[in-house]
Amino acid sequence: MNRFLKDKEHLFRMAALFAAGVVLFLIVRAVLVPKGFGVYGHYRAGALEDNRVRAPRFAGRPACIECHTDEGDRLKGGKHAGVGCEACHGALAKHAADPSSLKPTKPDSKTLCQTCHLMNVAKPAKFPQIDPKSHMDGGPCLTCHDQHAPDKEPKK
Amino acid sequence: MNSDRRDFVLTAGKLLVLTAPAAAYLEAMETGKAEEPAYKTFEHYWGMIVDIEKCIGCGNCVRACKVENDVPLEPYFFRTWVERYHVEGAGEHPDVDSPDGGYNGFPEKYAAGDGAKSFFVPKLCNQCAHSPCTQVCPVGATFESPDGAVLVDKTYCLGCRYCVQACPYGCRFIDPRTNTVDKCNLCYHRITKGLTTACCESCPTGARQLVDLKDARDPVHEFLRTHKVHVLKPQMATGSKVFYNALDGSVR
Repeated sequence: MNRFLKDKEHLFRMAALFAAGVVLFLIVRAVLVPKGFGVYGHYRAGALEDNRVRAPRFAGRPACIECHTDEGDRLKGGKHAGVGCEACHGALAKHAADPSSLKPTKPDSKTLCQTCHLMNVAKPAKFPQIDPKSHMDGGPCLTCHDQHAPDKEPKK
Repeated sequence: MNSDRRDFVLTAGKLLVLTAPAAAYLEAMETGKAEEPAYKTFEHYWGMIVDIEKCIGCGNCVRACKVENDVPLEPYFFRTWVERYHVEGAGEHPDVDSPDGGYNGFPEKYAAGDGAKSFFVPKLCNQCAHSPCTQVCPVGATFESPDGAVLVDKTYCLGCRYCVQACPYGCRFIDPRTNTVDKCNLCYHRITKGLTTACCESCPTGARQLVDLKDARDPVHEFLRTHKVHVLKPQMATGSKVFYNALDGSVR
């Protein structure tokens, strides 16, 4: 037995070196690998939360209808029933959170209506499209159409 | 010696019996402390339906996306954009254009009745289930989340551009302000709060619909059963979760 451990010193030195290497590796790893890495997969679990925190800028239709119930009712059953409020009025989460902080500007119907309804070959044929040159000389849309219920009688 | 062993077994037995209530107590303490999260990550699996037959190329989605996600206006980088296809005949190479990504709509370019078919194709990150872009990231800064969105960890992105090249759909860009990668994350900050994405919110025709494939009540299941849907580049086996209705074979 003793015969084998006679020159044991170099073995201990190697073992100590090896252990130091392992400890160093563990320290470096603990420093470099971010917290939560590997919980769900090969990424930092906290990144999910990071992607979540930003505040929305579009409030969403239910938030609009909460106060503007009359417009919500007007939209019902009409051809624009499926159009979100902010599709035309723009992102208004700020207004929804505090109505006095931001007064929405009224969209200009002359340009806004044509965003969707201007004639274009690539549009689906069923979609109502107009050529402003031949359609009422490109006159104001809202004289004849109600923007919130285009197929109903215009609101007086 | 014998009594020693006896003592040991007794003590061990007592400790063993005590561990169960102790664990239960600790668990109760934990759950009592942590508030029930409103959003349960593992109960959702997000995707999108794009109905080509409803898209009018108005560019509302492109504009809304830029506002919602603070995408640089110029140079023209996009998280979502719209392409116009003009196909003259079967097997012909399609004429594709996307002026400013559709941000300002599509000025008429073709004459009516020219014998070709024209249509719009909205594009966005396909939220692949087996995404090539996440596989090439050297630092784990982009990944498929458990709820089916492909996200970017901006704090760890090196800006090495591997993923930009790996994406078969060209959905990624380097944000010039931060020098990190950016892409559609399916408005992750909105869908986890119970809202729909900005593009779906502002789409006037309902051509884009956010869907939760894990929600049994989601109309997506009925839609997928009753419509002939397709994904982009199925030969790449990316597991795309953006389903296109009435997609023409010429679309790449």
